[in-house]
Amino acid sequence: MFEYAPAPESRSVVDIKPSYGLFVDGKFVDPTDGGSFKSINPASEEVLAEIAEAGSQDVDRAVRAARQAYEKVWGPMPGRDRAKYLYRIARIIQERSRELAVLESLDNGKPIKESRDVDVPLVAAHFFYYAGWADKLEHAGFGPNPRSLGVAAQVIPWNFPLLMLAWKIAPALAAGNTVVLKPAETTPLTALLFAEICQQADLPAGVVNIVTGAGETGRALVEHPGVDKVAFTGSTEVGKAIARAVAGTRKKLTLELGGKAANIVFDDAPVDQAVEGIVNGIFFNQGHVCCAGSRLLIQESVADRVLESLKRRMAQLRVGDPLDKNTDIGAINSAAQLARIRELSEAGSAEGAERWSPPCELPDRGFWFAPTIFTGVTQAHRIAREEIFGPVLSVLTFRTPAEAVEKANNTPYGLSAGIWTDKGSRILWMADRLRAGVVWANTFNKFDPTSPFGGYKESGYGREGGRHGLEAYLNV
Amino acid sequence: MSERVAVRKTYKLFIGGKFPRSESGRSYLVQDSNVSLASRKDARDAVVAARAAVKGWAGATAYNRGQILYRVAEMLEGRRDQFVALGASAAEVDAAIDRWVWYAGWSDKLPQVYGGANPVAGPYFNLSAPEPTGVVAVVAPESPALLGLVSVIAPAIVTGNTVVVAASPSAPLAAVTLAEVLATSDLPGGVVNILTGRLSETVPTLAAHMDVNAIDLTGVADAELAAELEVKAAENLKRVLRPAPADNDWYADPGVTRMTTLLETKTVWHPKGV
Repeated sequence: MFEYAPAPESRSVVDIKPSYGLFVDGKFVDPTDGGSFKSINPASEEVLAEIAEAGSQDVDRAVRAARQAYEKVWGPMPGRDRAKYLYRIARIIQERSRELAVLESLDNGKPIKESRDVDVPLVAAHFFYYAGWADKLEHAGFGPNPRSLGVAAQVIPWNFPLLMLAWKIAPALAAGNTVVLKPAETTPLTALLFAEICQQADLPAGVVNIVTGAGETGRALVEHPGVDKVAFTGSTEVGKAIARAVAGTRKKLTLELGGKAANIVFDDAPVDQAVEGIVNGIFFNQGHVCCAGSRLLIQESVADRVLESLKRRMAQLRVGDPLDKNTDIGAINSAAQLARIRELSEAGSAEGAERWSPPCELPDRGFWFAPTIFTGVTQAHRIAREEIFGPVLSVLTFRTPAEAVEKANNTPYGLSAGIWTDKGSRILWMADRLRAGVVWANTFNKFDPTSPFGGYKESGYGREGGRHGLEAYLNV
Repeated sequence: MSERVAVRKTYKLFIGGKFPRSESGRSYLVQDSNVSLASRKDARDAVVAARAAVKGWAGATAYNRGQILYRVAEMLEGRRDQFVALGASAAEVDAAIDRWVWYAGWSDKLPQVYGGANPVAGPYFNLSAPEPTGVVAVVAPESPALLGLVSVIAPAIVTGNTVVVAASPSAPLAAVTLAEVLATSDLPGGVVNILTGRLSETVPTLAAHMDVNAIDLTGVADAELAAELEVKAAENLKRVLRPAPADNDWYADPGVTRMTTLLETKTVWHPKGV
């Protein structure tokens, strides 16, 4: 691979404080029990900041602040005015986009070109889109009198910290709810910067509350009797636990969970385009993507040609400093996630699949995993069944379209799927039969605030994005 | 001359388009009749029948499904006296017939109302369309026996789902008689399956069944049981319709939530280019 001069983005644009409190009722406050944890840069293991850990009393305080704001301010406020606050937030995000992108890459480990060109622009677009709904809810197709639910408890993952925040907060606020959001414990920093943006926008106190912490904080939040709505993005296992926890309550639940998407390449697909799509499908965001195309299904007759081209392309991927603008693959988000990726990859080899990675020098410090493919994978292998959530692709083959559908659907998940073929009628035939909430044909990993996203089966229920995304936050 | 001796009817289950007795060989006395007491095995058999029917029914055209639901209304109109004889008021039968007609019309309209093109910020064709979730377990309300039953079956099947229904334990005759209507309406076997008997036997099996995609708890009056069933349903993340309030007005406009909760939205992307 030819050399590039390093092109690091400056981190001077970001001002990280040594410690952060909880954002409750419009102010940063210390937690009641004084607990804290550290957020580190996964690319260097450097400690970025000390973060307050919310206990159940802190969660209670946040829920009460949200209830108060719902009843006194946000609920009675005309949609027209709610819209203006959301537009204001969208604009501040655009104005502070570089700061947000650098902070996201520092805390999460994702390449700057991705946080800068994908995550942060989508965040602003999401707020801008839902802002426009706030005063048009009666035209959204949910009947003449759609009502807000009340207080929304929202728990989000570490893979797209700020984007998942936007997917949760923007529709909730547009629909007239107030929120208590818990970011992931390894990536709280952009949510805390977002709290500052809420202050900057003069958003009324208590409309948005951010409680930081780990699983216990999340549990206290979703189980709090004062919340009317629970929205969760994360693992299927935790999603099921939440579904059990809200059973028998009035809480409306939406879940966006795991996936094991098939990316299906037919023999008439343009190989170079398909290979770009395969790479984007599994190596985008280090494979920390619930809709990642982690099972590649190649039609047998072109399998060798596609794999050869894929390997050639993979050898060009640059793994390293997330802040370098040339970087394609950044750091794995945490030591725990790296251990899980390693464990499953070792199971892949142990079960008889053949492992391949391009020659790839990894930094000494931080959490790294080279882009990896497994060939000779069968449907029984763990790497074909379990979500790895890393830059690891399992390759299977098929002969007929019917076999491709059978294999693609042979999973408890149903979040996304990819189809690569030049034949339009085959795309539509396949799209009809794939049990997945998002089907990308001759493209992959595309997102837009107007486009509903969410799963079938054990990938969860409810949709985020578009008109459908409003329904999750309305009593219809 | 002596009076004619009436021919009594045996009330059985409705599974896969057939009328079997419970595999357990049991029945219970209710509404002056012996009615099949469905077992857990019957519930599982009904799920198998419902699953087998998904491909054909979900794959049928919306026009076809609409016509079949309308046909159910026609058949019910012709048998209205039977339901009145079982205790339904004329107004209830009217409402039940009209409800089939109302839902029949939704088959080819809901995808337009609930789906559509999304104006994404890029050169892509982007379309969202609803699809049936699959097999739905339904607990029918205790009463009104006919209207309540129709009000939970029709919204589930009009979009292409198939159902296993636990009928009202205290008034199951309307359900078995409705099965006779369905059996003569060109509805493919297995699209609607009806179990009579105790909810405590069949419904936990359905709630925990891994090949059931959604559960409608409308008829579960006991809040504790409803919560237990919802916990079981979480094991494979079934879509859940929670119990209806006790004072639910079955004659009111039902809205679309009963349909939309049992649908998945699929979004398809394709680049535009030459």
